[in-house]
Amino acid sequence: MSHPAITPEILPLGQDGIVVRFARAVSPEASAAVARFSEAAKALPVVEIAPALASVMLRFDPRQERRSAIEPALREILAGEWTGLSDPKPKRRWHIPVVLDGPGLTESAQMAGVTVEDAIKELTEHELRVRAIGFAPGLPYLGFLPEHWNIARQHDLTPRVESGALVVAVRQLVLFPTASKTGWRQVGRAAFRPFRPEAREPFLLQAGDAVRLEQVAKSEWQSLENTELGGAHCEELA
Amino acid sequence: MTVLTIHSAGPGLTVQDLGRDGWRAKGLARGGAADRLALLEAAALLGQTTPLSALEMAGMGGRFSVDAPTRFVLTGARMNASVEGRVVASNTSAVLAPGEVLDVRGAQAGSYGYLAFAGGVIGPEWLGSRSAHLLGGIGNFLNAGTIALGADPDVSAGLKRLAVADRLSGGVLRVMPGPQTELFDAAVRERFFATVFKRAAQANRQGLRLEFEGEAFTNETRDLASDFLTPGDVQMTGDGRPYVLLSECQTVGGYPRIGTVIAADLPKAAQAGAGAALRFRAISLVEADALWESEAMILARLEKAVEPLIRSPHDIANLHEYQLVDGATTGDELETE
Repeated sequence: MSHPAITPEILPLGQDGIVVRFARAVSPEASAAVARFSEAAKALPVVEIAPALASVMLRFDPRQERRSAIEPALREILAGEWTGLSDPKPKRRWHIPVVLDGPGLTESAQMAGVTVEDAIKELTEHELRVRAIGFAPGLPYLGFLPEHWNIARQHDLTPRVESGALVVAVRQLVLFPTASKTGWRQVGRAAFRPFRPEAREPFLLQAGDAVRLEQVAKSEWQSLENTELGGAHCEELA
Repeated sequence: MTVLTIHSAGPGLTVQDLGRDGWRAKGLARGGAADRLALLEAAALLGQTTPLSALEMAGMGGRFSVDAPTRFVLTGARMNASVEGRVVASNTSAVLAPGEVLDVRGAQAGSYGYLAFAGGVIGPEWLGSRSAHLLGGIGNFLNAGTIALGADPDVSAGLKRLAVADRLSGGVLRVMPGPQTELFDAAVRERFFATVFKRAAQANRQGLRLEFEGEAFTNETRDLASDFLTPGDVQMTGDGRPYVLLSECQTVGGYPRIGTVIAADLPKAAQAGAGAALRFRAISLVEADALWESEAMILARLEKAVEPLIRSPHDIANLHEYQLVDGATTGDELETE
C-alpha cells in the first residue's frame, strides 16, 4: 500500500505564530508526522507547541525572536522524510470505561457496514491516540478507527449532547468534557471528564496519549460516576 | 479591599483582563477583553503598571457604588455616564466616593465599554487570570450584587485624560496572510478586499458576522483538516460569509480563513457597532510582522500620551476653599547654585 505524500509547509498564523502543515486532509500518516514533529519542535525558540490533526501551531515571542530567525532552524528539522512515518511510542495509556448505548450507535454501525455487536468490539479493541485537543477546553480528538469508519458527519447538528458524550465521525471519536452541540453521532458515554476546571490539574489528557475505551455494563454506570476519574486510570509507560 | 456594589447590570457584564496565554494545546483560547487596547488605556489613566481586571460591558452599562473612595475610568465604547448628576467623560479618570452612584448608560458608539477601578477587580483567579471565559464555562455574567476591588493605592493622584483616536465606527482593517489564504482563488481574494462589509447584528465575544451584497466567497477546501485559529482570523463559513474571530474564539476550526486581521486593528473590529462599514486591506507578512508591538510598548506609549485633567474653575463648586495662591517665591529656588 502506498502512503500519501506528506509535504510540510511553513505558514504564518498571526504576527506571533507559525503553522507547519503536513497535509490538508486528515490521515494517520499526517497525524504521525504531527506527533513526531511536535517532539522535535521542542528544540526551537518557541513559547507554545500545539498539535492539530494535520498541522502543528508554533507560537514565538516577537520580543525575543523574529520569524525570520526561527525559520532556518525549522527548515532544518523539516528537511528529513515525513512520508510513511508511524506514530512514536506512547508515554502513557489511559483506560477509560464507556457505556456504548448512544442514540447514534445503530446508525453509525450501519454506515460503517458492521453489526452493532461488531461496532462495539471495534470501538473498544483498537488502541486510539489523542490526536489533538481543541474546539472546547480539554476536548480530545481520538483516532484512528479502521478505514470503514470514515463516516460522514450528520447533515444537521444535534442541539445538545451531555458532558461525557462519546461521538464518532471520519475515523475519529470525540469525548465531550462539557455539554455541547455536535454534528457527530453519539455512540456512547463516559463518566470520565478530561477537563476539570476546579482541579489543580484541570487538563488530564495530552496529545500523543494512548487511549483504550473499555465497555462496561449499564449497571456499572452509577459506580463509575462515584469515582474521581469516572473509573478511568492512567498507565505510565517506560 | 473595597466593596463594589452593582445595583443593576445590563446583560453581558463580565470581569475581563488580558486572559490566559499558553493553553491553546489544551483547547483553551487566551480569551480576555474583546478590546485589549481599552484595558491598556485604562491602565495608563489609572497608573497601573500592568492592566488589572476590569468590568467589560457589552453594549449596556449598569449602576455602581463603592464603600471607599476610588479612582475609576470608562474606556472603549462611548457610554454616557454620570455620578450624582456630574457627567463622567470617557477616557478621563474620576473619583467615585462612598454614597455616590455611578450610572453608566447604553453605548452611543462602539460595542464593548470598560469600567476600570484603580485597584482592579480582585477575587479568585484561574490559570493566572480573572477573565470570564463563557465558552469554557469559566466565570459568569455579573448580576446585581457585590464584588471585591483592590483599594485605590493613591486616591489623591491627579486625574488624567487621554485623547483616543476613533475606533468605534468601523473603517479599514489590515489583513495579513494566513495558513489558508492561498486556498482562495486570486479573483475571490481580490473581490473580498474590494467589498464594503457591514457588521451584522449577530456578534459576541467569539466573533462578529459580516454582511455584504454580492456573491459568496467560495473556496476549494473540501475535507480540510481542522486547524488552529487565532483571534483576527477572517473565517468563511459554509455559505461563504465572513466571520471575524475575537478573543474567545474556539482554538481549532474546520472553516477556511482568508487571512488574519493584525492585532493593532482588532479593537476596531471588536468595537464596530451593528451596521458599521468595514473594509479589509491586504498587507504582506513582512509588513504585518513589522507592525507588531508588545502590549508593554503600547502601554508605555499611552502613559506618555496621558495628560493631567485641568478642570475649569467654573466647574468647581467650592472654589473658595481652594488655596489658589501659595508660597510666594523669589523665583530662583529651582536654580542650581
